Amino acid sequence: MDILLAIAIMALGAVVLGALLGFASVKFKVEGDPLIEKIEAILPQTQCGQCGYPGCKPYAEAIANGDEINKCPPGGVEGVQRLADLLGREVKPLDAEEKPKQIAIIDENTCIGCTLCIQACPVDAIVGAAKQMHTIVAQQCTGCELCLPPCPVECIRMEVIDENIDNWKWKYPVVEIKAAALQKAA
Amino acid sequence: MLMNLFKFKGGVKPPTNKTQSVGLPIAIAPLPSKLVVPLHQSIGGMPRPVVQAGDKVLKGQLIGEADGRISAAVHAPTSGTVVDVAMHIQPHPSGLDALCVVIEPDGKDEWIDRQPLDYAAMSPEQVREHLQQSGVVGLGGAVFPTHGKLTASKTVPMEEMVINGAECEPFITCDDLLMRERAEEVVRGIGIFRDLLRPKKVLIGIEDNKPEAAAAMRAAVAAVGEDFAVIQVPTLYPAGGAKQLIRVLTGKEVPAAKRSTDLGVQCFNVATAYTAWRAIAHGEPVVSRLVTVTGNVHDPRNYEVLIGTPMDELLKLARPHPDTDGIIMGGPMMGFLVPDVHVPVIKATNCLIAHDDRLFPPKAPEMPCIRCGACAQACPHELQPFEMYWFSRAKNFGKTQEYNIFDCIECGCCSFVCPSRIPLVQYFRFAKSEIWAREREKNAADQAKTRFEFKQLREEREKADKAEKLAKAAAAQAAKKAAEAAAAAAVPADASAEATPSASGPAPAQTSAVPAVDAEKAAKMATIEAAMARAKAQREAVQPKNTENLTSEQQRAASDIEARRVAAHLIEPEPATPAGEKTE
Ligand code: SF4
Ligand code: SF4
Ligand code: SF4
Ligand code: SF4
Repeated sequence: MDILLAIAIMALGAVVLGALLGFASVKFKVEGDPLIEKIEAILPQTQCGQCGYPGCKPYAEAIANGDEINKCPPGGVEGVQRLADLLGREVKPLDAEEKPKQIAIIDENTCIGCTLCIQACPVDAIVGAAKQMHTIVAQQCTGCELCLPPCPVECIRMEVIDENIDNWKWKYPVVEIKAAALQKAA
Repeated sequence: MLMNLFKFKGGVKPPTNKTQSVGLPIAIAPLPSKLVVPLHQSIGGMPRPVVQAGDKVLKGQLIGEADGRISAAVHAPTSGTVVDVAMHIQPHPSGLDALCVVIEPDGKDEWIDRQPLDYAAMSPEQVREHLQQSGVVGLGGAVFPTHGKLTASKTVPMEEMVINGAECEPFITCDDLLMRERAEEVVRGIGIFRDLLRPKKVLIGIEDNKPEAAAAMRAAVAAVGEDFAVIQVPTLYPAGGAKQLIRVLTGKEVPAAKRSTDLGVQCFNVATAYTAWRAIAHGEPVVSRLVTVTGNVHDPRNYEVLIGTPMDELLKLARPHPDTDGIIMGGPMMGFLVPDVHVPVIKATNCLIAHDDRLFPPKAPEMPCIRCGACAQACPHELQPFEMYWFSRAKNFGKTQEYNIFDCIECGCCSFVCPSRIPLVQYFRFAKSEIWAREREKNAADQAKTRFEFKQLREEREKADKAEKLAKAAAAQAAKKAAEAAAAAAVPADASAEATPSASGPAPAQTSAVPAVDAEKAAKMATIEAAMARAKAQREAVQPKNTENLTSEQQRAASDIEARRVAAHLIEPEPATPAGEKTE
C-alpha cells in the first residue's frame, strides 16, 4: 500500500512540475538567440559588408554558427579580442588591415544629384534629392565606404576623423621603471 | 557664530604655498598685444561665433552666442578689431586646437552701453536668462553655466546653499583676495542666488588659513544686512571640493551617482557670485577674472586678467625667474602643464604657476604597488585607488566602474601619498576617457543599427507596396477589359432586343425575355472570347525559354519539330522568326 502511495505522490509531483516547466517555457520564452545578440552587440554596426556578409547581423549569425571571428575590419583587433572573450575562442590576427575611423564627404560642387549614393548608404546618412546636391550627415556616417563605388562622378571621398578636444583621450601613463634602471647604469 | 562642523574622510595636507601671493593687492593686468578668446569655455553647447574677421567690437560685445540651454555666451574682453576666427591651441592637456576669436585691442578699452538692471522688477526666468547672456559660469574650475544651477527643484525643497570660498588647493589665492577686497559685491551676488533658490540657510565656507577673507566677508554680510553664516572650516585638502565642503558644513553625504540638489543642497563659488552681481547690477558680462600668478617668479600676486590674454604675457608681469621651464594652469594637485606658453587665459584659469625643477622636482620613477592602502586612506571619496589602479592598468574598465571610478574627482590625494609614486590619477583619467569613448562608440553603433534596420524595413515595405500596386493595376486592367468586351457584346444584343418589340408592336412578355437571355449569352461569349484572345496574345508575347544562344544545328532541330507540330495541327503556324533574332 505504502509503495503505491509513494508512487502516486511522485507521479503527482512529476505532473505538477512538468506543467510548471511547460508553463514557464511558454511564459518566459526567449525571443531570438541571445548569443547572436551578444555577438552583434560587439560588432561595430558599420554595416559595410567587408566580412563577406550583408551586414553585421548576418555575420553575427555566422559566427554563432562557427564562422571565424576575425573578419570584421572596422571592429579591429579589439573587436576580435572581445569576441574571443565572449565565445571562449582563440584570438586570431585580423583578416584584413585595420583602418582609422573615417567618414565620407561629398564634393558638393561635383555632385550631379543622381541619388545612387543614397540608395547605397546602409544607414541613411546621405540627404539629397534627384538632380539636387547631396550631402552627408557626418554624425550618422559609419564610414563603410559603400557610397564610393556607385557615384558616377567620383565626388565622394573618405576622410579620417581627426582627434579633437571633444574626442581626445588621456593616454596610457608611461611606465618608466626600466628606463630609470638604465639611466642609473649609464 | 558657532556651528557643529563635520568631517570628510581622507584628505591630505600638502604645503599650502599661499602666503607668497597674498602680500600685494589685486592688480589690473595691462592690455595684452592680442586676445585669443576660445568660444567653448563652459560645459555644454559650443557657442556660435557671431563676428567675423574685420569686425569692430566693443568691450563686452557678444562674440559667441549660447547654443542650447546648457551653454553660456562669450564676449569681447576689450574693444578692438576681430582679426581672425580660427582654430588655436587651447589651454587643455591635449594641446589640441579649438575655435577662437582673435581680437587686436585698439587700446581704448571702450565698453558697450552698460545698463544696470532693475533686479527687483525681474522675474527669476529673466535673471537666469540674463546670467546666461552675460556668460556667467562656475569659476571654481568646473565652468558649468550658472543659470543651469539656479532653478529650484520642484520635488526637493532647497535646504542649504553652500558658498565655496574654501580654496583648498595650494598656491591659489584668487578667491582669498577677491573676498578680502570685494566682499560686498560677493555677498550681493550670493543674495541673487538666494533669491532664486530660496534656501533655508546660506553657508559660506572658508578655510581657516584665510582669516582676513573670513573677517571681510563677515563684515560685508553685516553691512549688507544679510543672515548668511560665514564659517571657517579646517584647512585640509580637498575641503574645497563641492561634495567635501557640503559634507563639512551640512553633514550630508552626497551618494554616488546623485547630485547635491537631490539632498536639497546647491553649491556656488564666491567668484561666480561676484560675476553674477557685476552682470546684474552693472550690466557687465564676464570678460575678465582674477588669476593668481605665482611659483618661480619674483613678484607673485593676483591680477585681474582679460579672458583671452596669452599666458606668457601675463606671466611676464610677475617677472619669472630665468630657469622657468613651463606654466602650470591650476594648482599643483589638479592642474596641468599647459602645452604651449602662448595659450590664452580662459574662464577656468584660476592660477598660473611658473614651473621649475626646484619647486616641482621631477618625480622619481613609478614603482610597483605594495598595497599599503595609504591611497585608500587619503581618498576623500572613500574609494579604493589601488584597486582602480590595478584594473585601469590592465585596461579592465568594467572592473574600474565596479570600484566607482566615476566618483573619483581626480583630486590627486592618492598620488600625493603613494609611497611607490604611482601617478594614480593619470591612470584614472586614462580609464575614464576610455570608458567615455567606448560609450560614444556604443551609442553610435546602436544608432547605426537602428537606422540600418529601419532602412531594411523601409525597403521591404516599398517592395511589398510596389508588388501590391502592380497586382492591383493588373486586376483593374483585366476587369476593365472584361467590362469593355461585355459592353461591346451587349450593345448589339440590346439593339436587337429593342428592335424586336418596336417592330412587332406590343409583344407578350415571353418574347422579350428570349432575346434578353440571348444577349446575356452573347455577352458571356464575348467575355470568354476576349479572355481567350488575351491569353493567346500573352502566350505569343512570352518567349520560349532557353532559346537564346542556340547553335544553328539546335535551331534547325527546333524548327523541324515546329514544322511537324504544325503539320499535326497541334498549334497554329508561328510567324517564322528565328529565336536568336527575337531576343534582340
Ligand atoms: S565587416 Fe564588421 S562592420 Fe562591416 S558588416 Fe561585417 S560585421 Fe558589420
Ligand atoms: S555616407 Fe557612405 S560611408 Fe557613410 S555610412 Fe553612408 S554609405 Fe557608408
Ligand atoms: S598608496 Fe600606492 S603603493 Fe600604497 S596601496 Fe595605494 S597605490 Fe599601492
Ligand atoms: S584622485 Fe580620485 S581616487 Fe585619488 S584620492 Fe582623489 S578621489 Fe580618491
